[in-house]
Amino acid sequence: MSAVEPSELALFWVAVIGVAILAYVILDGFDLGVGILFGATNDARLRSEMIASISPFWDGNETWLIVVGASLFAAFPVVYAVFLAAFYIPVLLLLLALIFRGIAFEFRARAARGLWDRGFVLGSVVAAFVQGAAVGAMIRGIPVVNGQYSGGTFDWVAALSIVCGIGLVLGYALLGAGWLVLKSEDAQLRDWARDRIPLLATAVVGILVVATVTAFVDRARMTGSLFMHRPWGFVFPLIGLIAIVGIFVGARRRLDSWPFAMTVVLFVAAFLSLATMFWPYMIPYSVTVASAAAPQASLSFLFWGAGLFVLPVIGLYTFVVYWMFRGRQRAGYAATSGPASAAKGERKV
Amino acid sequence: MELDPVLLSRLQFAFVISFHIIFPAFTIGLAAWLTTLEGVRLLTGNHLYRRIFDFWLKIFALSFGMGVVSGIVMAFQFGTNWSVLAERTGSIQGPLLGYEAFTAFLLEATFFGVVLLGRDSVPAWFYFLSCCMVSLGTMLSSFWILANNSWMQVPLGHIIVDGRIVPGDWWAIITGPIMRIRWPHMLLAAFLTTGMCVAATGAWYLLRGKDVQEAGAMLRWGLGFVAVVIPVQMVFGHLTGIYVLNYQPAKFAAIEARWKTQQPASEVLIAIPDPRHERNLFALEIPRLGSFIASGNWDAREGGLDAFPPEDRPPVIIPFFAFRVMVGMGLIMVAVSWFGAFLRWRGTLESTRWFLWATFLSFPSGFIAVLAGWFTAEVGRQPWVVYGLLRTKDAVTPSLKTGDVLLSLACYVVVYSIIYAFGLYYIYRLLRDGPAQDVSDRTKMTPARPLAVAVQATKEAPQ
Repeated sequence: MSAVEPSELALFWVAVIGVAILAYVILDGFDLGVGILFGATNDARLRSEMIASISPFWDGNETWLIVVGASLFAAFPVVYAVFLAAFYIPVLLLLLALIFRGIAFEFRARAARGLWDRGFVLGSVVAAFVQGAAVGAMIRGIPVVNGQYSGGTFDWVAALSIVCGIGLVLGYALLGAGWLVLKSEDAQLRDWARDRIPLLATAVVGILVVATVTAFVDRARMTGSLFMHRPWGFVFPLIGLIAIVGIFVGARRRLDSWPFAMTVVLFVAAFLSLATMFWPYMIPYSVTVASAAAPQASLSFLFWGAGLFVLPVIGLYTFVVYWMFRGRQRAGYAATSGPASAAKGERKV
Repeated sequence: MELDPVLLSRLQFAFVISFHIIFPAFTIGLAAWLTTLEGVRLLTGNHLYRRIFDFWLKIFALSFGMGVVSGIVMAFQFGTNWSVLAERTGSIQGPLLGYEAFTAFLLEATFFGVVLLGRDSVPAWFYFLSCCMVSLGTMLSSFWILANNSWMQVPLGHIIVDGRIVPGDWWAIITGPIMRIRWPHMLLAAFLTTGMCVAATGAWYLLRGKDVQEAGAMLRWGLGFVAVVIPVQMVFGHLTGIYVLNYQPAKFAAIEARWKTQQPASEVLIAIPDPRHERNLFALEIPRLGSFIASGNWDAREGGLDAFPPEDRPPVIIPFFAFRVMVGMGLIMVAVSWFGAFLRWRGTLESTRWFLWATFLSFPSGFIAVLAGWFTAEVGRQPWVVYGLLRTKDAVTPSLKTGDVLLSLACYVVVYSIIYAFGLYYIYRLLRDGPAQDVSDRTKMTPARPLAVAVQATKEAPQ
């Protein structure tokens, strides 16, 4: 039915999806992280500074989730079908959490602030947790028969998934703390965030150790063949270790760009480690890239419009927004103001 | 009928898509309306149109945001609840729906930002161009959705390989003869929906003696537009009926509630279909008209539902009533808009209060017509999800349990209720306050946050 080796177009779309997942994890990761940290203080001023630090970005960040979903459905429909069926409940929770969080973000200024603020924190925590839990469940493997998910609705609930879920909540919080240290103009908020980095980083290291042990206990299949065919893959966990050291050093020496940058490196290293372990599977350990790829007619139809035109625009848009709001957030970014079109902060009174 | 994952998944899909379609139907029309306003303002230099523009722009921003939020949920349904459909037809539906998502994004990332935030940063001609592009973008978005749905109604250009339905000829898939009728039908429906809303808003202000200048313009433009376009829509509606007759005769028989094949066939105007006994209660029928409508002569033989095996028959009650509701809404639009044209000719349009009330109360006619039309199309397609190729009952995710879907459906109902209550409340507030002032503080906003613009606007408006 399908070639053993994936076609070049299939590889192109795998790469697109991989980059989009990474972009999503890092970009939405920091704003979800700020949402998680938001729950760790009751100080109204710190809270509004936190909101201000992510307000121009958070919605655009979620665009990358749409890129992942749309590309998966179009280029690897089997993966889309199996993944969403296997994670029926987590996907439901993720969607509800993201919707609630987004609405809370816009409406908290209006009324019922306490309610929306709680919604904002809860939405951030739930979204982070289910993403982590899905990664844990992927490591355990997803059973597939005839191109369809063959497990139960709650198979994803397992020790490893829960550990990974908690791990991603902590990981995003670390990323969020790094973001606040990097971007906030408010010295008090910077100190507040910087003070939490060593604890969060320690917790992340602890969770990684627990997850590794759980994975060995839980399922020998993946851990047994861990990097066996690709010993060079060990370079990624190694990079991750160095990055963790960098986070501690950056926090201690008040190098304010380090914690965020090093946490990003940690996330990239973790992603590449997992990708190396999973390859050539897209759904471990049942669906490979080659067997999941849509026919060439679909992949090329998608390539000439979306691949060549839309994706570069999305990348450019992301770049422009971040460029416009570069530097520390000054008076709510008012000095640099809106993106491309709104280059001049227009105020009509 | 028992509660199984198939029925519940269908209910869930119907629920989320019914909530969703309201917003795109509105924004497609609003984008065209805004473009028209901006164009007229450029031509005449009349600042009145600028005030009306700024007012409807806020409504557009809020509706666009709500449409995006509810649309994201839609896209995931295909995988979560209909994974067999996603797997079998994903290589056709995936790219079509993918392009829709990408089109919507392109729009949001580029020209929508200019329209929303960049009025003072770009030259007037570029601002107008951006309006045109946003309008074009919303239409393109609907193009992909209609291409996808039309392919599900009448699959063309595909080949079947190893049980999977894969693309053979993209041109045939995208521009089938059905698409060429259904897309304009949907576009016109969206325009009419907005036209009625604009007219109703104008009527509302006139009744309250508020913003009379703007209100008069809205009323005249809205009603005038509907009066001209509604006959065109009826032609496309008729063409849609012909495609149903030719390609989906069982759906046609269901819409007509024609249980038995007849020669000559009568036309059931209204009745209560009784599926159990396959008959119509309290039927009001016109003899021979059914033959004439379907075949153009008064004696033709017309197939009834008995011409199809029981397992291939669609339900009757929903398509039958939904179709009549849609037509009824169209007739309301004809009555209101044409009578409005008459009053305008008499010079009493803005002073005839009972007519202003009638116009105001007919604001939901377009929305109801759009929903009823889609109910007719989608329920009438049953028992197929892809007509003739894949049955709905075979397309559902095999691992789903009844409790799973019950849970997700309940969650969506609760969350949508809360969110839509707030969203509709804000739209109501914006509409109520009228085109008085533009006071938003738009720093920290990007085009990815249309809700923010609208919420800001209500925040600072006087309580």
